[in-house]
This record gives sequence, C-alpha cells and structure tokens, in this order.
Amino acid sequence: MSNPLKDMEKPDVIFCIGTNMTEAHPVAATRIKKALRNGAKLITADPRRIRLAKMADIYLPLRVGSDTALLLGMAHVIAREGLIDKAFMDARTTGGEAFLEHVKQFTPQWAESICGVPAEKIEQAAVLYGKAEKGAIFYTLGITEHICGVDNVQSLCNLVLMTGNVGREGTGINPMRGQNNIQGAGDSGAIPNNYVGFQPVEDPANQAKFAEAYGRTVDLERGITKVTALDLAGDKIQAMLIDGENTVVTDPDRKHCEKALRALEHLVVIDIFRNETTEFADVVLPATSWGETEGHFTNTERRIQRIRAAVPPAGQSKPDWWIINEIARRIGFQGFDFESARDVFNELCELSATYKGINWDIAEKGQHQWPIPYEGHPGTPRLHEEGFKNGRGVFKIINYRDPAEVVSEAFPIWLTTGRRLESYHSRTQTGRAHGIDYLLPEEVLEVHPDDVASWGLTDGGTARMSSSRGHVDIKVQANPRSPRGTVFASFCFNDTPVNILTGGGYDPVTHTAELKVCPVAVTPVSGSS
Amino acid sequence: MTKNPTEFSLTLDGKTVNFTPGETLYEVAQRHQKDIPTLCYDPRLESFGGCRLCVVRLEGAKNPVASCTTRAEAGMVVHTSTPDIETHRKTLLEMVLSENRELEVSPLRGYASQELTELSERYQARTGRFEGKQSGESRIDDTNPFILRDYDLCISCYRCVRVCAEEEGDYAISVMNRGFETQITTEFGGLLKDSDCTFCGQCVQTCPTGALADKKAMRYSETPGEIIKTRSICTYCGVGCSVDIMTKGEQIVGLQPAMDGPANEGALCIKGQFAYDFVQHEDRLTTPLVRGDDGELHEATWEEALDKAADGFKRVMRIHGRHAVYGVASGRTPIEGDYMMQRFIRAGFGTNYIDNCSRA
Repeated sequence: MSNPLKDMEKPDVIFCIGTNMTEAHPVAATRIKKALRNGAKLITADPRRIRLAKMADIYLPLRVGSDTALLLGMAHVIAREGLIDKAFMDARTTGGEAFLEHVKQFTPQWAESICGVPAEKIEQAAVLYGKAEKGAIFYTLGITEHICGVDNVQSLCNLVLMTGNVGREGTGINPMRGQNNIQGAGDSGAIPNNYVGFQPVEDPANQAKFAEAYGRTVDLERGITKVTALDLAGDKIQAMLIDGENTVVTDPDRKHCEKALRALEHLVVIDIFRNETTEFADVVLPATSWGETEGHFTNTERRIQRIRAAVPPAGQSKPDWWIINEIARRIGFQGFDFESARDVFNELCELSATYKGINWDIAEKGQHQWPIPYEGHPGTPRLHEEGFKNGRGVFKIINYRDPAEVVSEAFPIWLTTGRRLESYHSRTQTGRAHGIDYLLPEEVLEVHPDDVASWGLTDGGTARMSSSRGHVDIKVQANPRSPRGTVFASFCFNDTPVNILTGGGYDPVTHTAELKVCPVAVTPVSGSS
Repeated sequence: MTKNPTEFSLTLDGKTVNFTPGETLYEVAQRHQKDIPTLCYDPRLESFGGCRLCVVRLEGAKNPVASCTTRAEAGMVVHTSTPDIETHRKTLLEMVLSENRELEVSPLRGYASQELTELSERYQARTGRFEGKQSGESRIDDTNPFILRDYDLCISCYRCVRVCAEEEGDYAISVMNRGFETQITTEFGGLLKDSDCTFCGQCVQTCPTGALADKKAMRYSETPGEIIKTRSICTYCGVGCSVDIMTKGEQIVGLQPAMDGPANEGALCIKGQFAYDFVQHEDRLTTPLVRGDDGELHEATWEEALDKAADGFKRVMRIHGRHAVYGVASGRTPIEGDYMMQRFIRAGFGTNYIDNCSRA
C-alpha cells in the first residue's frame, strides 16, 4: 500500500475495485466502514454484488476481465471534464500529454460496450473520483489475477497520476496483500528478479555486492518464475524445495501442476501438515507453526512486526530457516552457520536497502514501515510524499485486451473465483479449526436465481462445471450476488477442486494466472435434488 | 488553583491542566492518571453515559455529572474523587450488581470480562443490597461454536451493540425493550448465524461482565495453570493484526486482540479470533518423512531426512547443473524462512531460480 492502514479512514472518495475486502481483509474493511460513517463516498467496481457493492454510493457491475475498458472510460471523463490536477502532472509526472490524447477515443459509451457498465454510471464515478480532494484506490487480486494484471494496475496508476491522488493523507494506490507475510516474501528477495529489498539482480553494483556477501559468483541474469519452473519440470528443472505452499490445490490447472511435480527427480517439501503437495515429495520436513516460531511478518502497509512463540514446537518440528540452513550445510555450501532467527533477520536487514535502518532489537515493537534507509529513521508510513523513487510518475498507454479465454458456445458462462470470509486458501489451517464447519461446511457454486431456473439447475442440487481442462461437480446455491451469466466459487475445498478448471492464461510480465476469468459450461447432474 | 483560567485549561483535583477542545472530562482525567471507574466505556466507542459510574463533581453543577459525556470547558473546577462521589459510585454499582450476582467469571470469557468483578472488589460492593430484577434472558438455543450468549450476566451497558455498529459496521445486534425487560438481540430475535453477525468476536471482547463469552476458550476454564499472554501477529491475511496468544502451560487456550495493535486497534475477524487451533491439531507433522522403496512416505530421523534431502539436490546439481534446482518460498512463513530460501538458491547454487507463492 502506498498509504498506511489508518489513512483508510481519511479519504472523501474511496474507489474499491477487484477487492472483496469485507471477506478477504475484514479488519481493513472496518476502516472503510468508518470512513463512510464520516461522510466519505464509495465507488465499488466488481462483477459480483458483494458487500462493498451494497455499501457503495456508485456500484459499477463490470463484466469479469474488462477492468481496463472501465478505467479508460473513467480517464476519458476525468480529462474531458477538466478534473485533472495539472499542477501535479506538470511537477511530478511524465507522458501525460500522450496519455490525455490517447484516452480521447475511449468514451463511456465505448467502455459500456465492453464492460457492460452503463455509460452514465461511468460518468458519475469518474466525476466523483476526479473531484475528490482526497481520493484513495484499493484493490486486490481482482485486478492482478488476469492476463492484463499489469495493465490493470497501470490503468489505476494513470487515474492516480492524472488526479494527483498520491503522497498525501487519505489518498494513494493501495493493493491489499493477501497472505500474512506475502509482502515479506517479496521483500526478502524470494523473487527471480530482485535481491533482498528490491535490488535488481541485473544491476552490476548489486551483483558485486551480493557476490561478496554470499562469497560466490552469482548469475548475471534474472531467474524464472514459479509458473515457468513448473512448465519446465522434468526437463530443465529437476529438483524443487517448496516451503509452506499447497501448490497442487492453490495453483491454477491442477492436472498440469500434478504432472510437473511428478516429473521432478527430487522434491523436498517443508510444511506443518501433510497435504496434497507433500504426497508428491521424496522428503517431507516438519516445520514449526505460527504460535511456535520466532520471527517477523511484514504486512500490507509495509510494517515489519514480530511474531513470538507461545508454545513449544509440535513433536520434532523445526523452524523453516533452520531446516533450510541444515540442507545447505549438508550439501557443503559455505556460510550457512546461522544459529537463530535473530542472526537471519539481522543479515537480511544489513543487506536490504529497505530494512537497512532496523535490526531484531529495533523491530521489537513493530513501529517501522519500510523504507527505513538508515538507523534512527522513523520509517515511511506514506510513500511518494516528496517525490517518486524513480523521478517522475510515468503515464502508461494502455489498451483493452480480451481475457485469454472468452465465452463460447461450448463454454458460455463466466466463472470467477475468490475467497470466503471463514476459510483461508486450501483450508489446511481453517479446515482444522474447531467450529469453522458450522458456518462453512462445503463449497457451493453461486448462481443467479434466474440462471438457476433457465439452466435447469436446482438450488441445493449438484451441477457439473466444465472448462477445456476438466470438470468438477459442485453444489448449486441460488445467489443474487452473482450477476446473470457469471458464477462464483472459491478454491478452498479440496473435494471441490475448482482449480482443475482454471489456468487459461498468464500475465506476460508477472506470470500471474488469470484465476478471475474462466469460461465454463454448467449443467445439472441428473438425479440430484 | 488558577485565578485566571486560560482559554483551554480547567482545574482537575486542584491542579490546572490543559485540554484540547472537544475532549471530555473523562479523557482529560485519564491523561492525568485519574482512576475513574467505568462500565459502559470503551475508548474506541462514542461516549454513551449509561452506567454513570464515571460521575465527577463539577463546581457550580447541582448534581454529579458523567465525565464521559461532559465536554471540557475553560475554567471548570472538577473533583474526580470526593467521599460523596465515591459513595454515589458504590450505590450505583450495587444497583448494577443487584441484577448480576455472578461475579466469579473466567477471564477466558473475554478481554474485558473482569471489569465488573474488579470494580465490585474495589468498592467492596454487595450484590444483595437492592432487591432488583434481572434483565436479559440467556440464549442457550444458540449453539454456535464461538459466542456464548449468557445474558443472565448482562448489565445493559450496550457495549456489544455499539462495538458491532461503530467499530465493525455490521449492526448485527440490537437492544429490545427497556428497563428490566431489556434484551440484547438480533434482528427477528434469531440465532447469530442467521443475522448479519460475522463472528468477529468484538462483542465478546468488549463485554465487561462475560455475558458474551468466547466458547472456544471456555473449554479450557478448568484446565489448571495461570493464563499467560504472548504478543504476536495474526497468521491470516496481510492486514497484520496484533494478537495475544493465551496459553496455560503448553496448551493454547485462546486468543485476544491487542487493543494497541497498530494495524487493528483491537479489531479481529473470525479467522484471527477463532481459527488458531490448527497449531496444536493432531494432524500436525511431527517427524520428518522419507519416501521408501515401496513408494510410501515413512517416518525418519532428522539425520536421515536431511541427508536424503541434501543428497538429492547434490545429485541433480551434478547431473543436470545448478539451474536444475528451484526454490519456492512461502507467504505464510516468517520472513526469516523466506530469506533463507532465497539465500539457499543464491548463495548455494548461485542462481536466481527462486520465487514465492504470490503469483497464484
């Protein structure tokens, strides 16, 4: 997030797009509710009539995968109505003129023809956001899990740059990060293109720095993403070490994923439970769990926070860092002599550009949001206040592209996937918590009541849902949250493995899968009631 | 005593103190470490003035005033603890206690569950002084596994109703009737499951009597041992709510939100509040497993398993080269695990063949 969580109570206009925040980030959503009570206006863009849609002053029910069209239409209106922040654009951005010229062609009527949102609603939303003194954008995977995920994010950046809604209290562009430490995973350098603290691996200065720090020569080019690695499994990739991820259930295109893991010569999995992925492993190593482990999580507002052990480890389980350190030592790698989580964290901070000003002791109270460039620096709750890291904010020329797969005669219905309040990912954790089943015992396919009738389905009955990659049988729930022609399910339940169907395409830059769009056919299973 | 009160100062127990416009007398007193008793007060909520325990003497006012609803004004002369005021508070407390006679409630019921108990001890207040009637009827029919609705202990402070509305924005519970007929209820008087309740547990944690209680934690009421709280961060989602993990001995018995958590300021959701018990679940992996010649996973020692893990990577590196090895770090492990995973790949194999689970 560019802005801190507490800023969520400050905007006068909030634009939520592709985020089901009341279910996926409920505590953050309470701050939006407070902002609304204080008089803020809410624009919600989402294909489904989720809670944020019901709370909205303007609801934009767009067709799945059409975000760039909607956002181009909004940019058009903001430009046409003279609602741009000229002073901000002149002082802090580049490429604005070309962008304003580019959006002239994308009228709200054009946008309506693609995204299905009435042009007048697009006008209203654009004017409301464009006139905001403090406008803040929030998004989640509904923006990024598309083949045009990067385009979607850059379209939002364009709106921010043309209205100057950044670098101030109650503004900004704010992705809500999903997992408890997914921000930290990227920060730590566990990505193919950056060393710890987002230092690019292709920069010769960084190469020299890390060659010295790690005591060996380093590759000069970036690595490959996990998506590519799975594609190459059994070929160029022959061994994997996977920590704490139920790849088989949470990744798209399950059959492809299972085949990839089976093809490896050597697979080592570190986890706290046996799961669908450990069943492919040659060696499974038991990790200590949350509640048993010392360390840090970094949250969505870039805050580094201590986690502490409250109980002893289960059985012989060991911390993740210890296990990896031991494997490295036994391979014969030099420099793997870490004795505590403190040692590991302190090296991370020392080599990071963003965590440089903290260490285990300084981070104790969780008061720092990165970047913390030097010791004594208070941290940076709000990014881009004085300027952008790379100089000027760059407008990007974006055009609409269709999803990788679009509805057809064979697969005439849009499936979109997501989260549910009571369960978390593949339920390895929430599925083992007493009581959760009382509220959420099984997966259902949310189908608009009129579609239930017209497709010959029964509320509570079973449907077979198929894509070009396979099929699942799933219980039907008549639910007006789904628009006509679009159905929704989560991927949480292993006995309803919805990710068998998904995986039609990937963003070319990030390799993020298009999990939010998958054309399917839905037919009744005979004999079900 | 000041003779010329400045624009934003008043006299508090004989001392001149400053205040910010809009501050209540209670807030001013809190800042100056005055221990004024309250029951209906939660600093996160709008002042309510229901319990009247926070009364103070304000010179010039005929009756004691509720400090939580009285805004500070320049020149006020306030006494927070006179014998009269303390007697008044004790009487009020005994009226409250007349409808709530059960004072021994387990602290596992909720974060604020001891407030009434502690006040009754502080004021040596008796439960039987007034012959009151009891308001609120317990909902034993609500068999949800999370929230006990033990309204026999309810004192009608409405903190649950207010936290649900003001902090959660859910408006799932409300108040029905008045006086001794007061009942905390949901729309149509049904079960929480059938209301707008999201089971975030905020009502449980703000209840000052334990009338709303954490059913999961109460399973350990009889477990011997002192309750120890360990400050940590919730393991679900990227918001990063601060929590206190509660343990008795080596058993996790419950979890409470940290009121001073920077990300959550006392709030949690159903997952954070109630879905912690996977940690000590019997399904946990407790020993390393190694795949045998029979194709099955078998328990192994750490020595065997680590050697087998290392040998496999060595073999693949020897035959296929160092670019044949790939590391996948987790968005759930602490950052120390992520850092070590990328270090393993970069410092060990010298490649950038590393990623985490953020692309799915």
